[in-house]
Amino acid sequence: MSAAVSPIREPLIQGSKTYHQITEDICSPTERTPSMTWIIAFMVASAGLALYVFCLAWTIWVGIGSWNLNRTIGWGWDITNFVWWIGIGHAGTLISAILLLFRQRWRTGVNRAAEAMTIFAVMCAGQFPLIHMGRLWLGFFIFPYPNTRGPLWVNFNSPLLWDVFAISTYFTVSLLFWYTGLVPDLATVRDRAKGLRRKIYNYMSFGWTGAAKHWQRFESLSLVLAGLSTPLVLSVHTIVSFDFATSVIPGWHTTIFPPYFVAGAIFSGFAMVQTLMVMTRKVLNLEQYVTLEHIESMNKVILLTGTIVGVAYLTELFVAWYSGYIYEQFAFYNRVMGPYWWSYVGMMSCNLLSPQIFWFKKIRRSVFWTFVMSIFVNIGMWFERFVIIGTTLARDYLPSSWSYYVPSWVEIGLFVGTLGLFFTLYLIFSRVAPVVAVAEVKQILKVAGDQYTGPNAHKAHHAKGAGVHH
Amino acid sequence: MFESANIHHTMANQSKEVLYGLYDDEQVLLQAVHKAKADHLDIMDVYTPFPVHGLDEAMGLSESRLHQVGFIFGAIGALTAFLFMTWVFTRDWPIIFGGKPYWSIPAFIPITFELTVLFSAIGMVVAYYTVCGLAPGVTNPTLDDRITDDKFCLAFQTNGASQQEIDKLKSFLSASGAEEINAKII
Repeated sequence: MSAAVSPIREPLIQGSKTYHQITEDICSPTERTPSMTWIIAFMVASAGLALYVFCLAWTIWVGIGSWNLNRTIGWGWDITNFVWWIGIGHAGTLISAILLLFRQRWRTGVNRAAEAMTIFAVMCAGQFPLIHMGRLWLGFFIFPYPNTRGPLWVNFNSPLLWDVFAISTYFTVSLLFWYTGLVPDLATVRDRAKGLRRKIYNYMSFGWTGAAKHWQRFESLSLVLAGLSTPLVLSVHTIVSFDFATSVIPGWHTTIFPPYFVAGAIFSGFAMVQTLMVMTRKVLNLEQYVTLEHIESMNKVILLTGTIVGVAYLTELFVAWYSGYIYEQFAFYNRVMGPYWWSYVGMMSCNLLSPQIFWFKKIRRSVFWTFVMSIFVNIGMWFERFVIIGTTLARDYLPSSWSYYVPSWVEIGLFVGTLGLFFTLYLIFSRVAPVVAVAEVKQILKVAGDQYTGPNAHKAHHAKGAGVHH
Repeated sequence: MFESANIHHTMANQSKEVLYGLYDDEQVLLQAVHKAKADHLDIMDVYTPFPVHGLDEAMGLSESRLHQVGFIFGAIGALTAFLFMTWVFTRDWPIIFGGKPYWSIPAFIPITFELTVLFSAIGMVVAYYTVCGLAPGVTNPTLDDRITDDKFCLAFQTNGASQQEIDKLKSFLSASGAEEINAKII
């Protein structure tokens, strides 16, 4: 299985690292006192979290009437945010599972942070369907448990219930996958620590020793979990799209939704990974582990999935016209020309047009443009969900019940608040755990380190050791 | 799931006298393991900072059977989900949804799939930590703090070994390229 490394492959680890330097570089951010940047970021994020708690309490106390939903528009910012966050939560598992199966080595630089991001994004997503129920304290009604009402079971034929199973499974499996990968690295942090810190990391690293048999099982476990997560990640957004596609609303009732939603999820997920990694690598000085090569690879994925999503938008328009069905035609006319035309413009320009600049290698490898584009894509994908939900509901079959919707401050606060929740969790994560998978980076050092591959490799000296890992 | 290499781990309450060598490079370690096997030396265990490919074969470890655990739990998950939904909608409380049959198999597929994955993943992870003897709060004795950093460790158990045998192991370790050789009771 020894893999020959193509000479045109660019190194993924720069700076002629040794194993010890890798440990040092990646673990030391968890050992230093937090920087001023981190403290300020944490204060802003936790202020957002406080806003979330306040708006949540307000919603529960005053009731769902504090939102601006009405009889016509029953899904507004809440479900838009839910789908947006769930979409973002797809990149982590995609990177860790699908890229593992495809043996893409660049995943090792970003998988840990992307998986953490997935877990936090799914936590944010999960809030919205629960709050949206109105009576949050009855949220457990969504689970099939023996109750005193018959027992009256939940409707297993409903896509909304499939969603409950899909998202809770996705969250659980992502968490297990992430933490299993984290255990050896937490042991590395443990073995560098003393006193109370060592006790805490000892607890968190489960008594890891690095024994050969444990590693062998670890690899077997990772591979099977990756194999399970791959169809899982595709199923989750497929099922989210069923929430819409199995209804009889023109504009929602289409078979294109599952692939279109999955592509959009990967698209937005990678954009959020870029947003986070561009900042993380800078703040934690990890530019030699999350290189321009990593950033370029992710920008290629963004370009591809953005174009897939764009083709889906155009296909929808074509099929609406070609169907000859006036309600479908009106639904799409309304998306482009109706009261929410601006969100359609936002969606098209951010998702289809703007990623096309990534055809230029120079821009794909520019940290500045990557960051700008990642924000554009995040905004564009939010608009996409709003276009699907808001514009469709605002103009239904009966013109007498047509309506318009603007969010109340509570709804805006809940959305901004989940951003606070997300970044608070991410910032805590970046302080307590290695944000790059230490053991995995060491494993690819001899095939992807710049002293072994690429223009600066010194050849003969290391020829013996190179090419063994795959 | 208790392969022979792990018998040592199960004898936890006995203290072990261990002689071990630390190597700087996984390739050197791998050759040392091959050589130890050829010399019929009884390796206690090998500890590395990351999975070294070919090490399990060199040590003669049998293939992990975790994937079988995954399959069994996955099958249990699939059956649980499908049979439970079948029971609810055909026996316990049949309801017609949208004019469909009570036993509407296609509508059961998403939840059946999700529970298959869920059971399989949880079952495998729990099995993994159980057979490895790892859990929150467990403290396993380690030979050297640098094993999780940049050292590759080949360890021999020397309980009851004569000085001559220990010297033989020491000379083996230094000849096979160990940078440091230490003894420790764990």
